[in-house]
Amino acid sequence: MSFTHELAKKPWLADQGPDAGDHGGKTFPLPSEKIGLRIFLAVVTVLFSLIIVVYSDRMVLSDWRPLQEPWLLWLNTGVLIGASLALQWALVSARRGQIDGVKTGLWAGGVCTFVFLVGQLWMVQQLAAAGYYVDTSPSVSFLYMISGLHGLHLLGGLIAWGRTAVKMWRGQNLDELYLSIELCTTYWHYLLGIWLVLFGLMVST
Amino acid sequence: MADVAPADPAHIPAAEVEDVELFHPQSWITRWVFCQDAKVIAIQYSFTAIAIGIVAMVLSWMMRLQLGFPETMSFFEPAAYYQFVTMHGMIMVIYLLTALFLGGFGNYMIPLMIGARDMVFPYVNMLSYWIYLGAVLILVASFFVPGGPTGAGWTLYPPQAILPGTPGAGAGIVLMLVSLSLFIIGFTMGGLNYVVTVLQARARGMSLMRMPLTIWGIFVATILALLAFPALLVSAVMMTFDGVLGTSFFMPAMISQGEMLDHDGGSPLLFQHLFWFFGHPEVYIVALPAFGIVSDLISVHARRHIFGYRMMVWAIVAIGGLSFVVWAHHMYVSGMNPYFGFFFATTTLIIAVPTALKVYNWTLTLWKANIQMTIPMLWSLAFIVTFLNGGITGLFLGNVVVDVPLSDTMFVVAHFHMVMGVAPLMVVFGAIYHWFPLITGRMLHHGMGVFHFWVTFIGAYAIFLPLHYLGFLGVPRRYFEMGETTFIPDSVQTLNAFVTVMVLIVGFAQLVFFFNLFRSASSGKVSEPNPWRACSLEWQTPDFPPGHGNFGKDLPVVYRWAYDYGVPDVEDDFVPQHIHPDKVKMKSGSGA
Repeated sequence: MSFTHELAKKPWLADQGPDAGDHGGKTFPLPSEKIGLRIFLAVVTVLFSLIIVVYSDRMVLSDWRPLQEPWLLWLNTGVLIGASLALQWALVSARRGQIDGVKTGLWAGGVCTFVFLVGQLWMVQQLAAAGYYVDTSPSVSFLYMISGLHGLHLLGGLIAWGRTAVKMWRGQNLDELYLSIELCTTYWHYLLGIWLVLFGLMVST
Repeated sequence: MADVAPADPAHIPAAEVEDVELFHPQSWITRWVFCQDAKVIAIQYSFTAIAIGIVAMVLSWMMRLQLGFPETMSFFEPAAYYQFVTMHGMIMVIYLLTALFLGGFGNYMIPLMIGARDMVFPYVNMLSYWIYLGAVLILVASFFVPGGPTGAGWTLYPPQAILPGTPGAGAGIVLMLVSLSLFIIGFTMGGLNYVVTVLQARARGMSLMRMPLTIWGIFVATILALLAFPALLVSAVMMTFDGVLGTSFFMPAMISQGEMLDHDGGSPLLFQHLFWFFGHPEVYIVALPAFGIVSDLISVHARRHIFGYRMMVWAIVAIGGLSFVVWAHHMYVSGMNPYFGFFFATTTLIIAVPTALKVYNWTLTLWKANIQMTIPMLWSLAFIVTFLNGGITGLFLGNVVVDVPLSDTMFVVAHFHMVMGVAPLMVVFGAIYHWFPLITGRMLHHGMGVFHFWVTFIGAYAIFLPLHYLGFLGVPRRYFEMGETTFIPDSVQTLNAFVTVMVLIVGFAQLVFFFNLFRSASSGKVSEPNPWRACSLEWQTPDFPPGHGNFGKDLPVVYRWAYDYGVPDVEDDFVPQHIHPDKVKMKSGSGA
């Protein structure tokens, strides 16, 4: 029964009461963790969508100067794609019951993410060394802010990744690990998507 | 129509909701401090919110003493007045009302009313409270830094919020922005819990359309908050960059105190759009839980099912959706494109439709009902009248041509205090009188409750009706003192003094209320289980007050909605949600 269909019900009427009684208590046939992650991703989407709106609004003002993206951003983006692919590998391996693949994929995903974050810090250092400080121009300000907010979201993700890695290290059953790996993979793919949109925006303007 | 017709129990399948692995406290610290039980977290949220709310109340006394008796309050300067105004507004809206309705009532009521043992993510729920507490402490810390807290007004508009000359433009505004950011992070953790718990952890038989309206109000308000707070977070982060790192997101090129600033090209209007994209839904983040709770209070204490339940649910959802397309009615005089004004005036009038529908339905619920003049009912009736008053003045301000002359006058102050200050607080009070026995096992003192109600109700009108009149006269808001102003008669000062005296009297009534809370919690009359004879699940727990895990060994099964009051032929005039149709006690000779 869909969410909207439920809203149309009148279970206080005697003829519809038994139907409502059939209700098992869950709105969606999914684990709560998955619903929680999806709602959180909706919140993240609103956050970054607003940043895109603000960016678009700010760039039409007279003092806007296009950004000369540091080359390191391209490399970092490649590393983040690598992180996402590694986690996908872990997920596929978990689905096939291949523990070695899960271990490799999970570790590679975490390491790539760590490298990405270090790379972003290095990129900031490069910018500052070239005289592009956070207040140099609006486009540079946005690059600092967007990189920072995106990086903080990845750092939060690394906490969940760390918990999953610890569980794996302690030898937890693959069936029990599967959901955690799936949630991490979804989150990483989503943050990669957001980064590609933001990166594309910054490169194209 | 009452649903008491016996239903075939075979229709009730096994529960799909897994029994959660409950967190079991091992020590006093994990039982009362770092606790993961939603009921304890609710109490922690409520105590913190009320404590910081008391600070805001005292700040309002200071402001009113200045306005009522200027020249006599020599111990604070104009800058302090602006700081009091700012902190009063921000604390009341965010740190008291939002936290109390969602963190307080949300945590206590959601698991109990939907028949769950706890929230679905208890650990994250606990973190949510501690981050909220951190946000409150950082806010309080701003009172003690050099320059004091920000005095930019609760809307924190740039550029003045971070310009030298504005009170608290140094550390004060930074601490405010950091505190708000933390609040949003903490709320997001709690909000995810509230939404997922409502969606996924309801008792068997508790379809969405059997949920009490309290839960609907909190559920939709939480969704609004989850989607609206990011706008505040973005604006807070960007303003922190502007203030601390010298960027120009919102800061235009300008000369301040004779010096050309380094900022260039930013748009203050952009901040206003972001702020109100959060700010208007915020009104409903506070109002929707109040709508839901008051619906339940009216139904229980009028012994009648809620009129038009489905319409009430749809109205909550519609108001929630529409609240995202009315934000710029706060910005008619900001210099934005006038065609925007026309659009937002139209959407503002449209949102009045579902809101009015709710008022009609509350009134029709009361029509020919068996109204019990309990204290929760008194507060509920006061809420309807007050919300109607505040809503109607909102229609004035929603129209561009009427809003322009009234902008930044005391009329606006009177309007928003009535509609999102006094009215929701009346529901908070009603809810506390209603659920106090559930939480403590004791009743609040009736005499003190009656005193509290009448002084607060009459006092609120004695305060805010005159402010509407002052607004019509053109008395501006946010002025430390009026000085020599030709268009304002001397009698305004007399009225201001009267309002201040009434504020202090209403303040005294709140002290009586707090005394009543503490006294009754320890030595009030012991309550019987379900003293209001309510149908909803929170009153049907095996232990009273509800114990750890809420429902003992087995979770309840729900057979009907939460509004079976005044049911004909039933022995006790109401049928709780969890009573099996075969076990409903009928009057002898009813033939049923």
